[in-house]
Amino acid sequence: MSEKPPKPAKVLVYRHGLVTRITHWLNVVAISFLLLSGLQIFNAHPALYWGAKSTFAEPWLAMTAATKGKAIIGVTSLAGRKVETTGVLGYSGKAGREEARGFPAWATIPTFRSLADGRRWHFFFAWLFVANGLVYLFVAIFGGHLGRDLWPRKDQLSPRHVLHEIVTHAQLKFPKGEEARRYNVLQKGAYLGVILVLLPLMVGTGLTMSPGFNAVAPWMLDLFGGRQSARTIHFISASLIVLFILVHLAMVVLSGLWNNVRSMITGRYAIEVEGAGR
Amino acid sequence: MSAETDRRGWLKAAGASLATLWLAACDKLNGNAGVQRTLAKAEGLSLRTQRALQNRTALAREFGEADISPDFRANGSINPSDEDYRALAAGGFADWRLVVDGLVERPLSLSLDALRALPGRTQITRHDCVEGWSSIGKWTGARLGPLLDRAGLKPRARFIVLHCADSLEQTLDGTGRYYESIDLVDAYHPQTILAYDMNGAPLKVAHGAPLRLRVERQLGYKHAKYLMRLEAVEDFAGIGRGKGGFWEDRGYEWYAGI
Repeated sequence: MSEKPPKPAKVLVYRHGLVTRITHWLNVVAISFLLLSGLQIFNAHPALYWGAKSTFAEPWLAMTAATKGKAIIGVTSLAGRKVETTGVLGYSGKAGREEARGFPAWATIPTFRSLADGRRWHFFFAWLFVANGLVYLFVAIFGGHLGRDLWPRKDQLSPRHVLHEIVTHAQLKFPKGEEARRYNVLQKGAYLGVILVLLPLMVGTGLTMSPGFNAVAPWMLDLFGGRQSARTIHFISASLIVLFILVHLAMVVLSGLWNNVRSMITGRYAIEVEGAGR
Repeated sequence: MSAETDRRGWLKAAGASLATLWLAACDKLNGNAGVQRTLAKAEGLSLRTQRALQNRTALAREFGEADISPDFRANGSINPSDEDYRALAAGGFADWRLVVDGLVERPLSLSLDALRALPGRTQITRHDCVEGWSSIGKWTGARLGPLLDRAGLKPRARFIVLHCADSLEQTLDGTGRYYESIDLVDAYHPQTILAYDMNGAPLKVAHGAPLRLRVERQLGYKHAKYLMRLEAVEDFAGIGRGKGGFWEDRGYEWYAGI
Protein backbone atom coordinates (compact mmCIF):
# COMPACT_ATOMS: atom_id res chain seq x y z
CA MET A 1 0.00 0.00 0.00
CA SER A 2 2.80 2.39 0.83
CA GLU A 3 4.15 2.10 -2.76
CA LYS A 4 1.25 4.16 -4.09
CA PRO A 5 1.98 7.82 -4.88
CA PRO A 6 0.32 10.17 -2.42
CA LYS A 7 -3.29 10.83 -3.37
CA PRO A 8 -3.99 14.43 -4.39
CA ALA A 9 -6.15 16.14 -1.82
CA LYS A 10 -9.76 16.75 -2.69
CA VAL A 11 -11.17 20.12 -1.81
CA LEU A 12 -14.89 20.76 -1.96
CA VAL A 13 -15.66 24.16 -3.39
CA TYR A 14 -19.07 25.81 -3.49
CA ARG A 15 -19.69 25.98 -7.20
CA HIS A 16 -23.40 26.45 -7.97
CA GLY A 17 -25.71 28.83 -6.11
CA LEU A 18 -29.18 27.68 -5.08
CA VAL A 19 -30.97 29.64 -7.81
CA THR A 20 -28.62 28.24 -10.47
CA ARG A 21 -29.32 24.70 -9.28
CA ILE A 22 -33.11 25.06 -9.07
CA THR A 23 -33.42 26.85 -12.42
CA HIS A 24 -31.09 24.29 -14.02
CA TRP A 25 -33.29 21.33 -13.10
CA LEU A 26 -36.54 23.16 -13.93
CA ASN A 27 -34.96 23.90 -17.29
CA VAL A 28 -34.19 20.21 -17.78
CA VAL A 29 -37.87 19.39 -17.27
CA ALA A 30 -39.17 22.30 -19.36
CA ILE A 31 -36.80 21.82 -22.29
CA SER A 32 -37.41 18.06 -22.38
CA PHE A 33 -41.15 18.55 -22.75
CA LEU A 34 -40.69 21.53 -25.10
CA LEU A 35 -38.55 19.40 -27.43
CA LEU A 36 -40.92 16.42 -27.44
CA SER A 37 -44.02 18.55 -27.90
CA GLY A 38 -42.23 20.80 -30.41
CA LEU A 39 -41.54 17.80 -32.64
CA GLN A 40 -45.20 16.76 -32.27
CA ILE A 41 -46.20 20.23 -33.53
CA PHE A 42 -43.59 20.10 -36.30
CA ASN A 43 -45.07 16.77 -37.44
CA ALA A 44 -48.39 18.47 -38.24
CA HIS A 45 -46.62 20.04 -41.22
CA PRO A 46 -43.11 18.58 -41.49
CA ALA A 47 -41.73 21.19 -43.86
CA LEU A 48 -39.85 24.47 -43.41
CA TYR A 49 -39.77 27.64 -45.50
CA TRP A 50 -38.09 31.03 -45.57
CA GLY A 51 -39.96 34.35 -45.65
CA ALA A 52 -43.46 35.42 -44.62
CA LYS A 53 -45.38 32.62 -46.32
CA SER A 54 -45.08 28.94 -47.21
CA THR A 55 -43.93 28.14 -50.73
CA PHE A 56 -45.41 24.67 -50.73
CA ALA A 57 -43.57 23.39 -53.79
CA GLU A 58 -40.18 24.48 -52.47
CA PRO A 59 -39.63 23.85 -48.78
CA TRP A 60 -35.95 23.97 -47.85
CA LEU A 61 -36.53 21.03 -45.51
CA ALA A 62 -39.29 18.43 -45.77
CA MET A 63 -39.99 14.96 -44.44
CA THR A 64 -42.40 12.91 -46.52
CA ALA A 65 -43.42 9.34 -47.31
CA ALA A 66 -42.97 8.14 -50.88
CA THR A 67 -43.28 4.89 -52.78
CA LYS A 68 -40.29 2.95 -54.07
CA GLY A 69 -41.46 -0.01 -56.08
CA LYS A 70 -43.98 -1.69 -53.80
CA ALA A 71 -42.47 -0.36 -50.59
CA ILE A 72 -43.22 2.90 -48.79
CA ILE A 73 -40.13 4.80 -47.78
CA GLY A 74 -39.40 7.89 -45.72
CA VAL A 75 -37.71 10.70 -47.63
CA THR A 76 -36.04 13.76 -46.17
CA SER A 77 -35.28 16.54 -48.62
CA LEU A 78 -32.82 19.23 -47.68
CA ALA A 79 -32.28 22.16 -50.06
CA GLY A 80 -33.47 20.02 -52.97
CA ARG A 81 -31.36 16.95 -52.15
CA LYS A 82 -33.33 13.84 -51.19
CA VAL A 83 -32.13 11.26 -48.68
CA GLU A 84 -33.89 8.01 -47.75
CA THR A 85 -34.63 8.08 -44.02
CA THR A 86 -37.15 5.23 -43.64
CA GLY A 87 -37.73 4.21 -40.03
CA VAL A 88 -36.62 7.55 -38.60
CA LEU A 89 -37.80 10.57 -40.64
CA GLY A 90 -40.80 10.69 -42.98
CA TYR A 91 -42.04 7.13 -42.46
CA SER A 92 -41.69 5.13 -39.26
CA GLY A 93 -43.43 2.98 -36.67
CA LYS A 94 -43.57 -0.54 -35.27
CA ALA A 95 -43.41 -3.35 -37.84
CA GLY A 96 -46.74 -3.57 -39.63
CA ARG A 97 -47.91 -0.27 -38.14
CA GLU A 98 -45.64 2.21 -39.91
CA GLU A 99 -47.11 5.57 -40.83
CA ALA A 100 -46.16 8.77 -42.60
CA ARG A 101 -44.83 11.13 -39.93
CA GLY A 102 -41.96 13.63 -39.70
CA PHE A 103 -40.22 12.55 -36.52
CA PRO A 104 -40.76 9.05 -35.06
CA ALA A 105 -43.03 8.16 -32.12
CA TRP A 106 -40.18 8.05 -29.61
CA ALA A 107 -39.36 11.70 -30.28
CA THR A 108 -42.83 13.15 -29.65
CA ILE A 109 -45.29 13.63 -26.82
CA PRO A 110 -47.75 12.01 -27.00
CA THR A 111 -46.19 9.21 -29.08
CA PHE A 112 -49.29 9.11 -31.31
CA ARG A 113 -50.23 11.98 -33.58
CA SER A 114 -52.08 14.75 -31.72
CA LEU A 115 -51.38 18.36 -32.59
CA ALA A 116 -53.88 19.59 -29.96
CA ASP A 117 -52.10 17.69 -27.16
CA GLY A 118 -48.69 18.74 -28.46
CA ARG A 119 -49.69 22.41 -28.37
CA ARG A 120 -51.04 22.13 -24.82
CA TRP A 121 -47.78 20.60 -23.55
CA HIS A 122 -45.72 23.11 -25.51
CA PHE A 123 -47.41 26.28 -24.30
CA PHE A 124 -47.60 25.14 -20.68
CA PHE A 125 -43.87 24.42 -20.56
CA ALA A 126 -43.11 27.52 -22.63
CA TRP A 127 -44.56 29.60 -19.79
CA LEU A 128 -42.55 27.65 -17.20
CA PHE A 129 -39.43 28.02 -19.34
CA VAL A 130 -39.88 31.80 -19.70
CA ALA A 131 -40.62 32.37 -16.00
CA ASN A 132 -37.68 30.18 -15.01
CA GLY A 133 -35.40 31.92 -17.48
CA LEU A 134 -36.37 35.37 -16.23
CA VAL A 135 -35.64 34.39 -12.62
CA TYR A 136 -32.28 32.96 -13.66
CA LEU A 137 -31.30 35.99 -15.74
CA PHE A 138 -32.35 38.42 -13.03
CA VAL A 139 -30.28 36.65 -10.39
CA ALA A 140 -27.37 35.94 -12.75
CA ILE A 141 -27.09 39.54 -13.87
CA PHE A 142 -27.74 41.35 -10.59
CA GLY A 143 -26.28 38.69 -8.32
CA GLY A 144 -22.98 38.76 -10.20
CA HIS A 145 -22.98 35.11 -11.37
CA LEU A 146 -22.86 36.15 -15.02
CA GLY A 147 -19.98 38.58 -14.67
CA ARG A 148 -18.06 36.58 -12.08
CA ASP A 149 -18.41 32.99 -13.24
CA LEU A 150 -19.51 33.02 -16.87
CA TRP A 151 -17.82 36.00 -18.50
CA PRO A 152 -14.38 34.96 -19.87
CA ARG A 153 -11.38 36.57 -18.17
CA LYS A 154 -8.83 38.41 -20.27
CA ASP A 155 -6.18 35.72 -19.84
CA GLN A 156 -8.69 33.11 -21.05
CA LEU A 157 -9.28 34.93 -24.30
CA SER A 158 -5.71 34.87 -25.60
CA PRO A 159 -5.52 32.78 -28.79
CA ARG A 160 -2.81 30.68 -27.16
CA HIS A 161 -5.02 29.81 -24.20
CA VAL A 162 -8.07 29.08 -26.37
CA LEU A 163 -6.01 26.82 -28.62
CA HIS A 164 -4.58 25.05 -25.59
CA GLU A 165 -8.10 24.44 -24.25
CA ILE A 166 -9.27 23.06 -27.58
CA VAL A 167 -6.33 20.66 -27.77
CA THR A 168 -6.66 19.43 -24.19
CA HIS A 169 -10.44 19.02 -24.57
CA ALA A 170 -9.90 16.98 -27.73
CA GLN A 171 -7.58 14.77 -25.66
CA LEU A 172 -10.31 14.61 -22.97
CA LYS A 173 -7.97 16.13 -20.41
CA PHE A 174 -9.78 18.50 -18.14
CA PRO A 175 -8.38 21.31 -15.99
CA LYS A 176 -7.24 20.29 -12.53
CA GLY A 177 -6.22 22.13 -9.40
CA GLU A 178 -6.58 25.90 -9.35
CA GLU A 179 -7.75 26.02 -13.00
CA ALA A 180 -10.69 23.77 -12.07
CA ARG A 181 -12.00 26.43 -9.71
CA ARG A 182 -13.36 28.36 -12.65
CA TYR A 183 -15.11 27.39 -15.87
CA ASN A 184 -12.73 26.95 -18.78
CA VAL A 185 -13.12 29.26 -21.75
CA LEU A 186 -14.86 26.72 -24.02
CA GLN A 187 -17.36 25.99 -21.28
CA LYS A 188 -17.99 29.71 -20.78
CA GLY A 189 -18.47 30.22 -24.50
CA ALA A 190 -20.92 27.33 -24.75
CA TYR A 191 -22.92 28.40 -21.68
CA LEU A 192 -23.07 32.06 -22.72
CA GLY A 193 -24.06 31.09 -26.26
CA VAL A 194 -26.93 29.00 -24.98
CA ILE A 195 -28.05 31.37 -22.20
CA LEU A 196 -27.77 34.65 -24.09
CA VAL A 197 -28.32 33.61 -27.71
CA LEU A 198 -30.07 30.28 -28.30
CA LEU A 199 -32.60 30.25 -25.46
CA PRO A 200 -33.74 33.89 -26.00
CA LEU A 201 -33.87 33.12 -29.74
CA MET A 202 -36.27 30.24 -29.01
CA VAL A 203 -38.61 32.59 -27.13
CA GLY A 204 -38.32 35.36 -29.73
CA THR A 205 -38.96 33.14 -32.75
CA GLY A 206 -41.70 31.28 -30.87
CA LEU A 207 -43.53 34.52 -30.14
CA THR A 208 -43.08 35.64 -33.75
CA MET A 209 -45.10 32.63 -34.89
CA SER A 210 -48.07 33.88 -32.82
CA PRO A 211 -50.47 35.98 -34.92
CA GLY A 212 -51.71 37.61 -31.70
CA PHE A 213 -48.22 38.62 -30.69
CA ASN A 214 -47.49 39.87 -34.23
CA ALA A 215 -50.05 42.61 -33.57
CA VAL A 216 -48.18 43.52 -30.36
CA ALA A 217 -44.66 43.52 -31.84
CA PRO A 218 -44.75 43.64 -35.64
CA TRP A 219 -41.06 44.59 -35.68
CA MET A 220 -40.21 41.03 -34.66
CA LEU A 221 -41.51 39.82 -38.03
CA ASP A 222 -38.94 42.08 -39.69
CA LEU A 223 -36.22 41.04 -37.27
CA PHE A 224 -36.58 37.35 -38.15
CA GLY A 225 -37.57 37.80 -41.79
CA GLY A 226 -41.23 36.74 -41.55
CA ARG A 227 -43.30 34.09 -39.80
CA GLN A 228 -42.03 31.11 -41.80
CA SER A 229 -38.44 32.27 -41.31
CA ALA A 230 -39.13 32.48 -37.58
CA ARG A 231 -40.39 28.88 -37.70
CA THR A 232 -37.19 27.86 -39.49
CA ILE A 233 -34.94 29.66 -36.99
CA HIS A 234 -36.97 28.13 -34.14
CA PHE A 235 -36.21 24.67 -35.57
CA ILE A 236 -32.50 25.32 -36.21
CA SER A 237 -32.05 26.92 -32.82
CA ALA A 238 -33.75 23.92 -31.15
CA SER A 239 -31.43 21.60 -33.09
CA LEU A 240 -28.41 23.52 -31.81
CA ILE A 241 -29.76 23.22 -28.27
CA VAL A 242 -30.03 19.45 -28.74
CA LEU A 243 -26.43 19.46 -29.96
CA PHE A 244 -25.39 21.45 -26.90
CA ILE A 245 -27.22 19.02 -24.60
CA LEU A 246 -25.48 16.02 -26.19
CA VAL A 247 -22.02 17.60 -25.81
CA HIS A 248 -22.91 18.84 -22.32
CA LEU A 249 -23.97 15.34 -21.21
CA ALA A 250 -20.85 13.79 -22.74
CA MET A 251 -18.66 16.31 -20.89
CA VAL A 252 -20.51 15.69 -17.64
CA VAL A 253 -19.85 11.96 -17.93
CA LEU A 254 -16.23 12.30 -19.09
CA SER A 255 -15.16 14.88 -16.54
CA GLY A 256 -16.59 13.06 -13.52
CA LEU A 257 -20.26 12.11 -13.54
CA TRP A 258 -20.87 11.97 -9.79
CA ASN A 259 -18.89 15.10 -8.99
CA ASN A 260 -20.76 17.09 -11.63
CA VAL A 261 -24.20 15.79 -10.70
CA ARG A 262 -23.54 16.37 -7.00
CA SER A 263 -22.41 19.93 -7.65
CA MET A 264 -25.67 20.66 -9.46
CA ILE A 265 -27.64 19.19 -6.53
CA THR A 266 -25.76 20.24 -3.38
CA GLY A 267 -23.64 22.97 -4.95
CA ARG A 268 -20.36 21.33 -3.82
CA TYR A 269 -17.76 20.45 -6.43
CA ALA A 270 -14.59 18.57 -5.64
CA ILE A 271 -11.32 19.73 -7.10
CA GLU A 272 -8.02 17.96 -6.73
CA VAL A 273 -5.21 20.04 -5.32
CA GLU A 274 -2.03 18.26 -6.35
CA GLY A 275 0.96 17.90 -4.09
CA ALA A 276 -1.04 18.69 -0.99
CA GLY A 277 -1.59 15.07 0.02
CA ARG A 278 -2.87 14.41 3.48
CA MET B 1 -19.40 -14.67 -25.81
CA SER B 2 -17.08 -12.22 -24.12
CA ALA B 3 -17.97 -10.29 -21.02
CA GLU B 4 -17.76 -7.10 -23.08
CA THR B 5 -20.46 -8.10 -25.61
CA ASP B 6 -22.51 -9.48 -22.73
CA ARG B 7 -22.33 -6.13 -21.02
CA ARG B 8 -23.11 -4.28 -24.19
CA GLY B 9 -26.15 -6.48 -24.86
CA TRP B 10 -27.36 -5.90 -21.33
CA LEU B 11 -26.90 -2.16 -21.58
CA LYS B 12 -28.75 -2.10 -24.89
CA ALA B 13 -31.67 -4.08 -23.48
CA ALA B 14 -31.77 -1.88 -20.36
CA GLY B 15 -31.68 1.25 -22.51
CA ALA B 16 -34.47 0.00 -24.75
CA SER B 17 -36.73 -0.94 -21.85
CA LEU B 18 -36.07 2.40 -20.13
CA ALA B 19 -37.02 4.19 -23.34
CA THR B 20 -40.20 2.11 -23.65
CA LEU B 21 -41.09 2.88 -20.04
CA TRP B 22 -40.46 6.60 -20.56
CA LEU B 23 -42.67 6.69 -23.67
CA ALA B 24 -45.44 4.73 -21.95
CA ALA B 25 -45.18 7.14 -19.01
CA CYS B 26 -45.48 10.13 -21.36
CA ASP B 27 -48.62 8.73 -23.00
CA LYS B 28 -50.05 7.91 -19.59
CA LEU B 29 -49.42 11.47 -18.40
CA ASN B 30 -50.97 12.76 -21.61
CA GLY B 31 -54.11 10.71 -20.95
CA ASN B 32 -54.44 11.86 -17.33
CA ALA B 33 -57.35 14.28 -16.85
CA GLY B 34 -55.65 16.17 -14.02
CA VAL B 35 -52.49 16.67 -16.06
CA GLN B 36 -54.55 17.89 -19.00
CA ARG B 37 -56.47 20.34 -16.79
CA THR B 38 -53.18 21.75 -15.51
CA LEU B 39 -51.68 22.05 -19.00
CA ALA B 40 -54.84 23.78 -20.25
CA LYS B 41 -54.34 26.58 -17.70
CA ALA B 42 -51.63 28.03 -19.94
CA GLU B 43 -54.33 29.01 -22.45
CA GLY B 44 -55.94 31.50 -20.06
CA LEU B 45 -52.51 32.92 -19.25
CA SER B 46 -51.71 33.36 -22.95
CA LEU B 47 -55.07 35.01 -23.63
CA ARG B 48 -54.85 37.41 -20.70
CA THR B 49 -51.22 38.31 -21.41
CA GLN B 50 -51.75 38.91 -25.11
CA ARG B 51 -54.89 40.96 -24.47
CA ALA B 52 -53.01 43.02 -21.86
CA LEU B 53 -50.14 43.72 -24.27
CA GLN B 54 -52.29 44.19 -27.37
CA ASN B 55 -53.95 47.44 -28.17
CA ARG B 56 -57.59 46.48 -28.89
CA THR B 57 -57.27 47.83 -32.39
CA ALA B 58 -53.62 46.83 -33.02
CA LEU B 59 -53.59 45.55 -36.58
CA ALA B 60 -52.27 42.33 -38.01
CA ARG B 61 -49.51 42.89 -40.59
CA GLU B 62 -50.82 43.82 -44.03
CA PHE B 63 -48.90 42.97 -47.20
CA GLY B 64 -48.65 44.17 -50.79
CA GLU B 65 -50.16 42.65 -53.95
CA ALA B 66 -46.79 41.11 -54.83
CA ASP B 67 -46.84 39.07 -51.62
CA ILE B 68 -50.10 37.23 -52.40
CA SER B 69 -49.63 33.43 -52.39
CA PRO B 70 -50.16 31.81 -55.78
CA ASP B 71 -50.66 28.53 -53.88
CA PHE B 72 -53.01 29.56 -51.04
CA ARG B 73 -53.86 26.27 -49.37
CA ALA B 74 -57.48 25.31 -48.62
CA ASN B 75 -57.94 23.23 -45.47
CA GLY B 76 -60.77 21.62 -43.47
CA SER B 77 -63.91 21.29 -45.61
CA ILE B 78 -63.05 22.14 -49.19
CA ASN B 79 -66.22 20.93 -50.90
CA PRO B 80 -69.09 20.44 -48.42
CA SER B 81 -71.41 17.55 -49.25
CA ASP B 82 -74.25 18.80 -47.00
CA GLU B 83 -77.43 18.79 -49.11
CA ASP B 84 -78.65 22.26 -48.15
CA TYR B 85 -75.29 23.72 -49.04
CA ARG B 86 -75.16 21.88 -52.37
CA ALA B 87 -78.58 23.30 -53.27
CA LEU B 88 -77.48 26.86 -52.41
CA ALA B 89 -74.25 26.46 -54.36
CA ALA B 90 -76.15 25.09 -57.38
CA GLY B 91 -78.21 28.29 -57.39
CA GLY B 92 -75.12 30.49 -57.29
CA PHE B 93 -75.99 31.40 -53.68
CA ALA B 94 -78.89 33.58 -54.90
CA ASP B 95 -81.11 32.05 -52.20
CA TRP B 96 -78.43 32.17 -49.53
CA ARG B 97 -79.03 34.50 -46.57
CA LEU B 98 -76.90 35.33 -43.59
CA VAL B 99 -79.02 35.25 -40.44
CA VAL B 100 -77.97 37.45 -37.53
CA ASP B 101 -79.89 36.62 -34.37
CA GLY B 102 -79.59 35.60 -30.73
CA LEU B 103 -79.12 38.43 -28.24
CA VAL B 104 -79.81 41.23 -30.71
CA GLU B 105 -82.48 43.92 -30.83
CA ARG B 106 -83.14 43.57 -34.57
CA PRO B 107 -82.52 40.13 -36.10
CA LEU B 108 -81.26 40.39 -39.67
CA SER B 109 -81.39 38.25 -42.78
CA LEU B 110 -78.93 39.50 -45.39
CA SER B 111 -78.35 38.53 -49.00
CA LEU B 112 -74.89 38.72 -50.56
CA ASP B 113 -75.85 41.95 -52.30
CA ALA B 114 -76.97 43.44 -49.00
CA LEU B 115 -73.63 42.45 -47.44
CA ARG B 116 -71.71 44.01 -50.31
CA ALA B 117 -73.58 47.27 -49.68
CA LEU B 118 -72.42 47.39 -46.03
CA PRO B 119 -69.30 49.25 -44.83
CA GLY B 120 -66.45 47.08 -46.07
CA ARG B 121 -62.70 46.66 -45.98
CA THR B 122 -60.04 45.15 -48.21
CA GLN B 123 -56.88 43.72 -46.64
CA ILE B 124 -53.94 41.59 -47.74
CA THR B 125 -53.10 39.43 -44.77
CA ARG B 126 -51.32 36.25 -43.76
CA HIS B 127 -53.37 33.17 -42.95
CA ASP B 128 -51.62 30.99 -40.35
CA CYS B 129 -52.77 27.40 -40.09
CA VAL B 130 -52.48 25.72 -36.71
CA GLU B 131 -50.43 23.07 -38.55
CA GLY B 132 -47.66 25.60 -39.05
CA TRP B 133 -47.91 26.86 -42.64
CA SER B 134 -48.85 30.36 -43.83
CA SER B 135 -50.41 31.72 -47.03
CA ILE B 136 -51.10 35.34 -47.98
CA GLY B 137 -54.38 36.43 -49.57
CA LYS B 138 -56.39 39.55 -50.33
CA TRP B 139 -59.77 39.68 -48.65
CA THR B 140 -62.73 42.00 -49.16
CA GLY B 141 -65.73 41.87 -46.87
CA ALA B 142 -68.23 43.60 -44.64
CA ARG B 143 -66.83 44.81 -41.33
CA LEU B 144 -68.40 42.78 -38.54
CA GLY B 145 -68.53 45.64 -35.99
CA PRO B 146 -70.89 47.97 -37.91
CA LEU B 147 -73.02 44.97 -38.89
CA LEU B 148 -73.44 44.00 -35.24
CA ASP B 149 -74.31 47.61 -34.39
CA ARG B 150 -77.00 47.48 -37.04
CA ALA B 151 -78.52 44.42 -35.40
CA GLY B 152 -78.02 46.03 -31.97
CA LEU B 153 -76.35 43.74 -29.44
CA LYS B 154 -78.20 43.31 -26.17
CA PRO B 155 -76.11 44.11 -23.08
CA ARG B 156 -75.86 40.42 -22.13
CA ALA B 157 -74.18 39.45 -25.41
CA ARG B 158 -70.52 38.45 -24.90
CA PHE B 159 -69.69 36.19 -27.83
CA ILE B 160 -70.60 35.88 -31.49
CA VAL B 161 -71.12 32.25 -32.55
CA LEU B 162 -70.59 31.59 -36.25
CA HIS B 163 -72.70 28.70 -37.56
CA CYS B 164 -71.48 27.09 -40.77
CA ALA B 165 -73.02 24.99 -43.56
CA ASP B 166 -70.37 22.24 -43.61
CA SER B 167 -70.08 19.05 -41.58
CA LEU B 168 -66.39 18.29 -41.15
CA GLU B 169 -67.25 15.08 -39.34
CA GLN B 170 -70.32 12.87 -39.77
CA THR B 171 -72.06 12.46 -36.41
CA LEU B 172 -75.55 11.37 -35.39
CA ASP B 173 -76.14 14.31 -33.04
CA GLY B 174 -75.04 17.05 -35.42
CA THR B 175 -71.90 17.96 -33.47
CA GLY B 176 -69.84 17.38 -36.61
CA ARG B 177 -71.18 20.64 -38.06
CA TYR B 178 -68.50 23.35 -38.17
CA TYR B 179 -68.92 26.37 -35.95
CA GLU B 180 -66.72 28.91 -34.23
CA SER B 181 -66.99 31.71 -31.69
CA ILE B 182 -65.17 34.94 -30.98
CA ASP B 183 -65.53 37.50 -28.22
CA LEU B 184 -66.53 41.12 -28.75
CA VAL B 185 -62.93 42.40 -28.70
CA ASP B 186 -62.24 40.43 -31.85
CA ALA B 187 -65.73 40.98 -33.30
CA TYR B 188 -65.22 44.77 -33.22
CA HIS B 189 -61.57 44.69 -34.36
CA PRO B 190 -61.21 46.84 -37.52
CA GLN B 191 -59.77 43.93 -39.54
CA THR B 192 -62.52 41.49 -38.56
CA ILE B 193 -64.60 41.12 -41.71
CA LEU B 194 -67.10 38.75 -43.30
CA ALA B 195 -65.24 38.15 -46.54
CA TYR B 196 -67.07 37.59 -49.82
CA ASP B 197 -64.10 38.22 -52.15
CA MET B 198 -60.68 36.64 -52.20
CA ASN B 199 -57.90 38.01 -54.41
CA GLY B 200 -60.39 40.24 -56.22
CA ALA B 201 -62.89 37.51 -57.16
CA PRO B 202 -65.91 36.01 -55.39
CA LEU B 203 -64.82 33.49 -52.76
CA LYS B 204 -64.36 29.98 -54.20
CA VAL B 205 -66.07 26.98 -52.63
CA ALA B 206 -62.74 25.60 -51.35
CA HIS B 207 -62.16 28.83 -49.42
CA GLY B 208 -65.65 29.09 -47.92
CA ALA B 209 -68.10 30.48 -50.50
CA PRO B 210 -70.16 32.50 -50.23
CA LEU B 211 -68.91 34.04 -46.96
CA ARG B 212 -66.16 33.39 -44.42
CA LEU B 213 -64.85 35.11 -41.32
CA ARG B 214 -61.46 36.82 -41.23
CA VAL B 215 -60.23 37.36 -37.67
CA GLU B 216 -56.64 38.23 -38.45
CA ARG B 217 -54.99 38.00 -35.05
CA GLN B 218 -55.87 34.33 -34.65
CA LEU B 219 -55.04 31.02 -36.35
CA GLY B 220 -56.83 29.62 -39.38
CA TYR B 221 -59.39 27.41 -37.66
CA LYS B 222 -61.08 30.50 -36.16
CA HIS B 223 -61.73 31.83 -39.69
CA ALA B 224 -65.02 29.94 -40.14
CA LYS B 225 -66.03 29.22 -43.75
CA TYR B 226 -69.49 28.67 -45.35
CA LEU B 227 -71.18 31.07 -42.92
CA MET B 228 -74.95 30.68 -42.46
CA ARG B 229 -75.79 32.36 -39.20
CA LEU B 230 -74.27 34.65 -36.59
CA GLU B 231 -75.69 34.20 -33.12
CA ALA B 232 -74.98 36.64 -30.28
CA VAL B 233 -74.79 34.69 -27.01
CA GLU B 234 -73.92 35.15 -23.36
CA ASP B 235 -72.00 31.87 -23.31
CA PHE B 236 -71.52 28.95 -25.70
CA ALA B 237 -71.77 26.04 -23.26
CA GLY B 238 -74.98 24.78 -24.87
CA ILE B 239 -73.70 24.83 -28.45
CA GLY B 240 -72.01 21.81 -30.07
CA ARG B 241 -70.01 20.08 -27.36
CA GLY B 242 -69.73 23.31 -25.45
CA LYS B 243 -66.16 24.46 -26.07
CA GLY B 244 -66.92 27.22 -28.54
CA GLY B 245 -65.97 25.60 -31.83
CA PHE B 246 -65.56 22.45 -33.89
CA TRP B 247 -61.83 22.13 -33.19
CA GLU B 248 -62.19 23.44 -29.64
CA ASP B 249 -64.60 20.54 -29.03
CA ARG B 250 -61.77 18.28 -30.21
CA GLY B 251 -59.07 19.59 -27.89
CA TYR B 252 -57.78 22.77 -29.52
CA GLU B 253 -57.61 26.08 -27.66
CA TRP B 254 -60.52 28.49 -27.88
CA TYR B 255 -58.00 31.33 -27.96
CA ALA B 256 -55.96 30.72 -31.09
CA GLY B 257 -53.81 33.85 -31.01
CA ILE B 258 -50.75 31.70 -30.39
